[in-house]
Amino acid sequence: MDITVLDGYYYTKEHEWARIEGTTATVGITDYAQQKLGDITYVDPPAIGNELKQFEFLTGIESVKAASDIYSPISGKIAAYNSALDENPELVNKSCYTDGWIVQVEISDPSEIKNLMDAAAYRSYAAGLE
Amino acid sequence: MEPKNTPLYQEHVKLKALIAPFAGWNMPIHYGSILEDAKHTRSMVSIFDISHMGEFIIKEDPARSSLDRIISTPVIKMKNRRCKYGFLLNEEGEIIDDLITYRIADNEWMLVVNAANELTDFEAISRQISPEASFENISSSIVKIDVQGPRSLDVMKRIAGEGVKQLTYYGFQHFDFMGGSYIVSRTGYTGELGFEIYIDFVKGEELWKALLQHPDVKPAGLGARDILRLEMGLPLCGNEFTKDTTPVDAGMDRFLDMDKEFTGKRALLDRQKRGVSRRLIGFAVEGRRTPRHENRIVSGGGTVGFVTSGVFSPHVNRGIGMGYIDAALGAEGTTITIDSGKDVIHATVVPLPFLKNTSIKYTEV
Repeated sequence: MDITVLDGYYYTKEHEWARIEGTTATVGITDYAQQKLGDITYVDPPAIGNELKQFEFLTGIESVKAASDIYSPISGKIAAYNSALDENPELVNKSCYTDGWIVQVEISDPSEIKNLMDAAAYRSYAAGLE
Repeated sequence: MEPKNTPLYQEHVKLKALIAPFAGWNMPIHYGSILEDAKHTRSMVSIFDISHMGEFIIKEDPARSSLDRIISTPVIKMKNRRCKYGFLLNEEGEIIDDLITYRIADNEWMLVVNAANELTDFEAISRQISPEASFENISSSIVKIDVQGPRSLDVMKRIAGEGVKQLTYYGFQHFDFMGGSYIVSRTGYTGELGFEIYIDFVKGEELWKALLQHPDVKPAGLGARDILRLEMGLPLCGNEFTKDTTPVDAGMDRFLDMDKEFTGKRALLDRQKRGVSRRLIGFAVEGRRTPRHENRIVSGGGTVGFVTSGVFSPHVNRGIGMGYIDAALGAEGTTITIDSGKDVIHATVVPLPFLKNTSIKYTEV
């Protein structure tokens, strides 16, 4: 499977990504995840202001194949949700690293970034799953 | 047992299909996107490799037809060159398989059966068929390609000639093309204008490639096929029909010829007399969530039914599905609650099909 992994992003083993800008992490799912899930049909809008712990349940996502869970790459508070996904969840398939972002998290503990993979580490991790 | 490959397997690989096992076969699930495959079928034309399905040929004297007593279809009353949907049942009236019967000649019929049931069906029919009849499983020598969509007539004319436009819904004929004479029927499982072609397996690849030459044609997989049939409220054996289901439970009485004898009829009469405790319904979700096969339908803390099929419909832009529910609770317009396993999904019981005004009955004659 050919997958795109972007440099400068951080990654989880559950195939979420985080793009860190200051104290904000923009979060989505990786190209590997969207290809495995197939057409995304629904993203459950999470409550703004919800407190999340790193690697804990963030929200649910549904595809033509199955319902799955998304986990937060980092602890913090949900500051924004990409409401474009309400009508166009296929944005997650079409552009998983940009227009298909899912939430923004206000980071509560920047030291947790060390628990995430960088692009090189995630590339070899994903390659090892095939 | 290793899944089998259809004669078109290499074509699917070349087209970069996602291939997965289904009913003992490695089958194309999609060619990039299930939803895009499905949308293309309803707007243009899709071709489906359905070679996994089984075909049987029966030849016998219609005056002493044993097939007529085996399946629910009016085998000897139906006209030549017509197809009819019906059931193969056990003595208890439970569904072994649903099938389509083609009357090829006064004394010859073809049965088209589900891949998963091919051997079971063959055994069940063999046990009951007259020793004077000839009964043959020709499945492995047939490639079956479904050509489905509003533009399918134009595609078929280029393959089989202008004559295909004479075919009426559920009619079929032999047409001469690719050096042989092959059955083309005006049938399908998508709710669109469409055709099913039964061709010698050695010619399958040539036909598949010729169909793809047409600019309106794209291949579609079983993922789209499932969405398309569910949008039309068409049942799928294994989902809506399982071992303990009778056609009466499923509301399929119109496909039973009760004016003749057939295996399971007595049990069905009894079932009709007693009334059914559950019914098969269609439901639409208020939103984009998808109920899944085997999710429970709940009410007042108890289970009142279960989901047999659920998909996201790209044409009604909602989750849709079918399921069984206690007969008293299934009236159209009723709100139902589905337990997804993690939370609940709300839906409304709606009449089938979910889509109306498709191209299925189109004619230019």
